[in-house]
Amino acid sequence: MTKNLRLKTGKAIDETYRISFKFNGSTYYGFKGDTLASALLANDVHLIGRSFKYHRPRGIMTAGSEEPNAIVQLHNDSSRTEPNVRATEIEIYEGLEASSQNCWPSVKFDIGGINNLLSPLLPAGFYYKTFMWPASFWEKYEYFIRRSAGLGKSPTKPDPDIYEHKYIHCDVLIIGAGISGIMAAKIAAKNGLKTLLVEEKPNLGGSTIYQNSDHFKINNQNSGSWLEKEINEIKKLKNLEIKTRTSVAAYHGYNFLLARENLTDHLPINQRKNKTRHKLLKIRANKVITATGSIERPMIFDNNDRPGILLSSAIKRFADYFGVACGEKNILFTNNDSAYETAISLVQKGINIEAIIDNREEVNSKLIYEVEKNNIKIYKGYTITDTSGYKRINKISIMQLSKDGQKVVGSKIILSCDCLGVSGGWTPAVHLFTQSGGKLKFREDDQVFIPNIYPSDQLSIGSCNGDFTLDEILLNTPKSLIEYLNIKNTEYDNLEILSSTNKSKRNIWLLPSDKILGKTKSFVDYQNDATAKDIKLALREGFRSIEHVKRYTTTGMGTDQGKLGNMHALGIISETAGAKMGELGTTTFRPPYTPLTFGTIVGRNVGEYFDIFRKTPIHDWHVIHKAEFENVGQWKRAWYYPKENENMHEAVQRESKAARESAGILDASTLGKIDIQGTDASEFLNRVYTNAWSKLAVGKCRYGLMLNEDGMVYDDGVTTRLGENHYIMTTTTGGAANVMGKLEDYLQTEWPELDVYLTSVTDHFATVSVCGPNSKKIVSEVIPDLDFSDESFPHMSFKNAKIGKINCRVMRISFTGEHSYEINVQANYAKSVWEKCMEAGKDFNITPYGTETMHLLRAEKGFIIVGQDTDATMTPIDLQMDWIVSKKKYDFIGKRSLYRSDTIREDRKQLVGLLTENPNEVLEEGAQIVADINKSPIEMLGHVTSSYYSPNLKKSIALGVVRGGKNMMGQKLIIPMEKKNISVIVADPVFLDKENKRLNA
Amino acid sequence: MFIINCPYCGEREQSEFKAGGEAHIVRPKQPTELSDDEWAEYLFMRKNIKGIQFERWNHAHGCRKWFNMVRDTSNDEIKAVYKMGEKPPVE
Repeated sequence: MTKNLRLKTGKAIDETYRISFKFNGSTYYGFKGDTLASALLANDVHLIGRSFKYHRPRGIMTAGSEEPNAIVQLHNDSSRTEPNVRATEIEIYEGLEASSQNCWPSVKFDIGGINNLLSPLLPAGFYYKTFMWPASFWEKYEYFIRRSAGLGKSPTKPDPDIYEHKYIHCDVLIIGAGISGIMAAKIAAKNGLKTLLVEEKPNLGGSTIYQNSDHFKINNQNSGSWLEKEINEIKKLKNLEIKTRTSVAAYHGYNFLLARENLTDHLPINQRKNKTRHKLLKIRANKVITATGSIERPMIFDNNDRPGILLSSAIKRFADYFGVACGEKNILFTNNDSAYETAISLVQKGINIEAIIDNREEVNSKLIYEVEKNNIKIYKGYTITDTSGYKRINKISIMQLSKDGQKVVGSKIILSCDCLGVSGGWTPAVHLFTQSGGKLKFREDDQVFIPNIYPSDQLSIGSCNGDFTLDEILLNTPKSLIEYLNIKNTEYDNLEILSSTNKSKRNIWLLPSDKILGKTKSFVDYQNDATAKDIKLALREGFRSIEHVKRYTTTGMGTDQGKLGNMHALGIISETAGAKMGELGTTTFRPPYTPLTFGTIVGRNVGEYFDIFRKTPIHDWHVIHKAEFENVGQWKRAWYYPKENENMHEAVQRESKAARESAGILDASTLGKIDIQGTDASEFLNRVYTNAWSKLAVGKCRYGLMLNEDGMVYDDGVTTRLGENHYIMTTTTGGAANVMGKLEDYLQTEWPELDVYLTSVTDHFATVSVCGPNSKKIVSEVIPDLDFSDESFPHMSFKNAKIGKINCRVMRISFTGEHSYEINVQANYAKSVWEKCMEAGKDFNITPYGTETMHLLRAEKGFIIVGQDTDATMTPIDLQMDWIVSKKKYDFIGKRSLYRSDTIREDRKQLVGLLTENPNEVLEEGAQIVADINKSPIEMLGHVTSSYYSPNLKKSIALGVVRGGKNMMGQKLIIPMEKKNISVIVADPVFLDKENKRLNA
Repeated sequence: MFIINCPYCGEREQSEFKAGGEAHIVRPKQPTELSDDEWAEYLFMRKNIKGIQFERWNHAHGCRKWFNMVRDTSNDEIKAVYKMGEKPPVE
């Protein structure tokens, strides 16, 4: 027999628009406006999933984003499937397919349910305690733990949807469009402020919009109808923008907020094509008004987690808003008046209420009298002690509470039901407020934390500020806005209000039971299966800090961040440890408020846009000539140019040989270039480099080494004196921006008296480097007017020249040890100059080479690469580069550090050459170097920094850093590898042409 | 994310700036005459205050100027910004 749970009226429902969807393979029907939760409830489906640890059956508990249990896997395809979607938030659309998570083989029969029976063996910290030893077994445990853990499945294919980021600036941002948010929006916008109102739900009006009772009136109208008129009015306001389905995820300092606008998740799949799915809004607001409302508290009693147990306010929302009855035999359990509002709603709709259990003794309340008029039995001063029904609640046990609320007394009464609504009062949703750095205070009267100290220009209003009843909201909202916005009055200053809620509440964090605590399962965190017993155990084991208890018991660590139960956890800790709530404080709420998809976070920064990359002006040529590329910083650099079937090794060997035997050509455009001008330019270089610069003649080049103030090598490169007061400095490719920043720093802060100006020209000039014995012939054909004789144009000098009409700077400098020229031209001419060199070099087998060959060639010469052969612990002395450190200069950056007690140690790691005993054995870069393989523990002396097979020397060469290596020349060391130990001899790091004959060849 | 009032450009997003550590540490004029300990004091020792801290900031993706900032590290409130070479504001 199918029950008829769909009611005639549902505020959000369009009954003319039927939608079919699938849940766990079965087809169901709902209406437009339904959430997956309301549609399932209308079909009498309560069992949605299994809990995380004990695999207990769980159902829908709430009607909002705080939902801990009803989380589902959405879509079946491997690119769009999405885990952990809250059934209470997703709007149904034609073709929706959802399934239960954390169960196998099915939600109705789940093998993991055995954990529920084993639960006495699975206390808090079980994993920590059990799988710690023996340590070697961890890998075996891990396999099983990982397999049984986790909620839902991740997609395995790339996300096909489009996501965007958008910046928004406004005068006032209002978060939450309940009654107080609507009022604030109208006041702000009408006072000329550019206002943005965001609401996570599809519709405005919060819970007041369906408040339809004679007990709550504004200006003699039902509060719901009054609010509806207000909403219609604000929709017409010009400087108010309203965004629904928009959830604020994070509230950072200086009123910077992130919100996720959901644009297509409610549409049928075939209507989503080419539309942006989510937008991440980056909002900067002058003022922020938080009107995020409050979340109803559950109550903590034995077996309080069964399907069919919902928050009382959720039952009301499902009935009033979605037109769905959650059950036919309803019982409400409360400690305050708000459950009676639910009762009145259900009575109005003819839904049967079996009984109401109220913790409180006699309370003078109009709402209670109204319920009593309808002959509904109210058990006053009672509590629930237990429930039964495995896949759906069917019975509850109740007993009377003792006067102090610590015990149960009298005899047990059993009541049957198919749905239980609980109301433990309300918790202000202060998550965003505390994310922003706000400080809370504890209000003893009704045991809530409310905003106290605002860290930025913001205001909390409505129930997130602790105003829970209609009269409090209507009175306090306009008042606080008058003060906050500095205005004279609002249109809401003289409302006629009828509000019938009695504010009394009997708060008991952990309800007593006739059983001992150890025999109960009173869930505090539903999603992570943390019980009151677990929290008490943690305290017995010595945990005191709320943050520690949280981590040990995992309370509040689920995807819902414990929105329902965190307060109870605090309350139980407070009572057990005898500490005051206000002093305990809350755990930290962290962004995002509700989970975000990765797509939303990355936006359009996917694929080739994930990280920007820089291309040289010759890049296209490299692509056409089939270069493989290497990432260097953000640059794409040609790595090597394989011919036909060549692998990397073969290509590099060929390129290296060609460069030494005839001619090679390299795109060196990525080197950092800094133009330095000013009357103190020479003095400036004296201070930033270790060597002396004053005597460098105009037209000459010099290699410089730059240190950090701690004496460690920071950067290197060749600087050329273009004129009396004009230099061009080159830096390493990766270090360019940092060097520029560092030089600016010193100029602006330490030496402002120096007349020096720095300009980054890295992108303005491109560099074509031609090297090899035939380089002169090639370059002189490209630039026929220039005198290339050694007398006129020696090594380490520079000339201005013209290639046709193109101005260029030619430097005769070398990073390969070969006779070589670097032609610098304005970037847009670079490709044509490169092609001219290629043309001129045709007869000389000019060979383009990439970074790998460059590295090999310089290693043959023992030239360092900063960042490869050095890390931030190498001084020039460690590098055996004493020759470049000026003894005469009074000061330069890092000088004083070169004779600190630590930097003058003889046994520092020093750069040496390494030659393998077997000349064909090529070492692995990063491999450790040891002297004595039999010593235990083996003493690590250093590691290999660069290693290649040199085609020119026909043997393996390597550079490495070795402790005290300077004095180990000729000594044998060992590189222990996985399969064998390799013997090496410490050698001079210059392997080729120590006399530098080739520079002038 | 802060909004920083660059003394040269006005209010800009924090993402345009780079933090440069503690301010008002002057590089010794004669480093060679310092003992190891004195040099180490300049080189390594930095305060990490909970409360009012004087910091150097660089408008790296803007005017590239360095300037000083007074910031309360406990709540990230920027109390003042002032140019290099200027004296820190009293209080």
